[in-house]
Amino acid sequence: MERRRSFKTPKQPLQVQHKIQTNLSAWQKGVRIDSEKSVQSHQSPNNQKNYSKQDSLEESLSYFENIKARVSLKTNNSLQKHLSTVETIALQRGLPPEAFDVLLNVALSGKLADTVNTRLLKSLIPASVVPENCVVSSVSWLCVSKCSSNIQLLFLRWLITVFDFIDCKTQIHALYGFFFSFLQDEKMCPYVCHVLYLLTRKENVKPFRIRRLLDLQAKVGMQPYLQALLSLYKFFRPELVTITLPGKTKIFFKNPDGPWKAAINTIRQRNQKNSAVPQPLIFSTAQVQSRKRKWNTQLLISASSANRNISEEDRGRDRVSLFSVNESLPVEQLKTFSQLLQNIHCLEFPSRMGSVLTNPLLLHYMNCIKDESVYLRLYYWMGQTLQEECSWCVVENSQYEEGFKDFLETVYKAECFLQEGFSSCEEFLYKSLPLWDGSCCRSQVLRLVSWISLSSFSEMKSRLCDPLAQLFLTSSLYFKCSVLESLKELLQNWLNCHAIHLDSELDSQGHSSNTTLSGRVNVVAELINFVGRISTVALHLENNSALLLYFILDFYETVCDIYLRYNLPLLIMPPAGIFYPALLSMDPVNLNQLCYIMYRYRTNLVAAKENELSKKKILQFKFSNKTYQEYNQFLSAMVGCLWTSSVFQKDVHPQGLHMDDELLKKTAVQDFKISFNVVHHPAMMGYAVHFLRQAWPDDTTFDFSLIKGKKWDWYLKYLYAQGLSGLQLFVDSSINRVSQASRSKAGNAQEGP
Amino acid sequence: QEPEDAQRTALLLRKQWSLYGVTPLYGFSDAHLKDYARMLSAAIAAEKQKGLAVEVGVELDMDIKVAVSSLPELKGRDHDQAAILVQLSSRSPSSPKNSEKKLIWSGWFCCVSGDDLSKNVPEDFTCLPLFLANGAESYTSIVGSWFQKTFDCCFRRLAISPLNLSWMAAMWTACKVDKTASATELVFSVPGLLQPLDISYAIHSEDAKALWDSVQKTPGEITQEEVDVFMDCLYSHFHRHFKIHLSATKLVKVSTAIASAHCDGTVKFLQSEHLTGVLMLLTELAISEIE
Repeated sequence: MERRRSFKTPKQPLQVQHKIQTNLSAWQKGVRIDSEKSVQSHQSPNNQKNYSKQDSLEESLSYFENIKARVSLKTNNSLQKHLSTVETIALQRGLPPEAFDVLLNVALSGKLADTVNTRLLKSLIPASVVPENCVVSSVSWLCVSKCSSNIQLLFLRWLITVFDFIDCKTQIHALYGFFFSFLQDEKMCPYVCHVLYLLTRKENVKPFRIRRLLDLQAKVGMQPYLQALLSLYKFFRPELVTITLPGKTKIFFKNPDGPWKAAINTIRQRNQKNSAVPQPLIFSTAQVQSRKRKWNTQLLISASSANRNISEEDRGRDRVSLFSVNESLPVEQLKTFSQLLQNIHCLEFPSRMGSVLTNPLLLHYMNCIKDESVYLRLYYWMGQTLQEECSWCVVENSQYEEGFKDFLETVYKAECFLQEGFSSCEEFLYKSLPLWDGSCCRSQVLRLVSWISLSSFSEMKSRLCDPLAQLFLTSSLYFKCSVLESLKELLQNWLNCHAIHLDSELDSQGHSSNTTLSGRVNVVAELINFVGRISTVALHLENNSALLLYFILDFYETVCDIYLRYNLPLLIMPPAGIFYPALLSMDPVNLNQLCYIMYRYRTNLVAAKENELSKKKILQFKFSNKTYQEYNQFLSAMVGCLWTSSVFQKDVHPQGLHMDDELLKKTAVQDFKISFNVVHHPAMMGYAVHFLRQAWPDDTTFDFSLIKGKKWDWYLKYLYAQGLSGLQLFVDSSINRVSQASRSKAGNAQEGP
Repeated sequence: QEPEDAQRTALLLRKQWSLYGVTPLYGFSDAHLKDYARMLSAAIAAEKQKGLAVEVGVELDMDIKVAVSSLPELKGRDHDQAAILVQLSSRSPSSPKNSEKKLIWSGWFCCVSGDDLSKNVPEDFTCLPLFLANGAESYTSIVGSWFQKTFDCCFRRLAISPLNLSWMAAMWTACKVDKTASATELVFSVPGLLQPLDISYAIHSEDAKALWDSVQKTPGEITQEEVDVFMDCLYSHFHRHFKIHLSATKLVKVSTAIASAHCDGTVKFLQSEHLTGVLMLLTELAISEIE
């Protein structure tokens, strides 16, 4: 709700002015306004009269302020006139704060007829705020009951509607007891309940009030407005009152908007058009699903405060302690982040820890309170819920798949929020993946896999990798891609977690982590090798699908940078079964990505070598020569392929492209040597054709051999401009152009670091 | 055992109990059983008339009275948590006001030799992993929900697998009983049929015990292998007479003079001296479901 401080207009000029008013002009204006009013238009056609209207409002207000005795509307023209003025201005612009006191005083004093009072009350539309003191004096008018019950009701409805416009509510809160006493009026009761509902704070909930409400309930029965108030009382003092609300959520209060809401909205929109109002934070509340089972009907629980006052009550058997104001803030009242910050020392956790999942504020709180019992409560609840509701482990649950999906989704979101996996969820995955068909809740399950913690690869091998590999190899291309995606995220989460661990270890120098560095390296290496194996097989099965290759290379984009980005001494080259299909890929995106990855491998290896030589690092770690060897083999294959056109001779990798000249001649392909360089490579040929067209627009022979010398440089620049930045990085880092003169024959590979 | 205790234990015998596994109760204390009874009775009253609020602690003119008490004798080891008994009783509307109330529902939590669980949880948790209920399911659900809400725990039906049933068959056969004891009965269900077909296999308890004694190597210790051998012997005996392979069917119920158990997760205790023994096994099952 938008709240503004009331601007204090001095009352003085308002009172002085009216005395020198000529009757004639007032009369004329009055007529005019009257005619406007009869049209009932919100958009007055004569806006130019605004200024004079301000004057006339002040006149009217002072008229109403000075009414001494009962005046009849029919016979008194000035009353008619001023009433119309107030109505028109209220509808158009709303009333200024100082008007409310005057108008409420006259309307509730019973001096005027009810028709007038009603019209006055209906025009109480705030332009900005409603001052608190006018509500206070109105309540005192209600206490002396000078006005009719209809007017009282109308006033209460107005109060409910403008409640959020009241500038300050301290004194109104002090009137809680007065409002409570109005409950005995049968007609007013529903509205008074609503007002009380808006006003009630914990300290207002007293046993005598509860008894009163229960008596009332006994008299009038199960009324929604009483239910609402009682359940609010229960929120604050669960030990004093118990209520179970019927399953369907009901609207407790009738729409009290009355005649005001629409007008208020119009005026607010008009006033706020230019002011950017920060939207209140709205947190998702889980949609309750209708489930057939009798209890534990909801997967997600909403937060409600714990009932932990028993011991307190026990101490003071005489129930005195019940009257003490408990300082802690119930979770129901926690709505904003600033509230969380202010009350962080005295916040109660909810009665059921599972409810934190849907409450980001409580997740924040949980994150900074490292309380074992908090995690344990969540662990038990989540473990049981997952097992019981799992829609592929429990046959009867298959019809509730949608609900379970949402639940898994919520768990995943909470994990992302906390940046760590829940151990109960991990155990659930281990237990249920062997039974999983790979389709039920697929994306949710795969996302949850990405939050399995690093500490447990031994288990992971048999309980995650094996069942997952089986599904992976037998399922569709898209399933394979999503598995790779989620394993990439798993790897990244592990590496992030490692990086954080490393920081905290440097801070404390302690043995806080139970996993040693070498242990962690091994676990990560196993995961990477696992992905390497299944990817190799999958490329075979899927005929080197470009899409699949894209996801595989995406995984390796993380792998190649582990040493520099995550400070973990680990470098694993992709298997030949991935490298060669990528090198010979028909798709420029993948070839470019491979170039980028090779460039990052080089950067990491060079950095490692430098660290090794300088011996600055305390952490003495050497990549084995085999790693360098592997890299160099791949590099020379790549350079031979894309650049020097010598791949069939120079590739020494056992699974590589080495072929005898004799054999190649038999293929009858001309110029086989150059058939995979940056011009002739199937992934690049499209670019080469475009380039030729632009360079020699009249030539239709597409003679690729024209691209040499200076043109070769132009061609490369053209490729870079097409977004092949991976290629650029690769060429710039790994290929030394020998000299400007001999560039036509391309370069010379630098044999690795 | 105190006579009063024996009397209360007797309450637990010869009744059909539905089994539930319960995760550790958070913030539960033995010292507040009376308060719990008061709050639970208000919760039941509120549930019975949805929408009507109920003041806690006021003796309502309702027909349900709640008693929560402790059963300290139901323990395997000293550091086990004492069992908690919850009883709902009602006054029949026809009879006069002060007449004896009739027990309509009872349920109890217990933990017999549940160290596996209890030694791993912090102090503010109470381990009572096994819950047994007798009476209308609607009351079980109200009471269970109240406990779930109040002590942040979870209730789950506890089914008994055929493997565990065969263990029960072997263990209960091993117990010494009177000669007059009823026969050991095993019920098998034949899978894959349109009409359900159950096979009941009854053995004189003496014969069963003799078979078991011949199988068991070390007294006081049972291994999976011995249980398998015992069941295989029973199966081959049955096959010799009826040419039916019971190993291809599913064991659904075991009843002996000690106790009976159904795979749905219901048990009946028949002998008070073996009560804790049976509960120990059930506690173990409940814990394995929780962890």
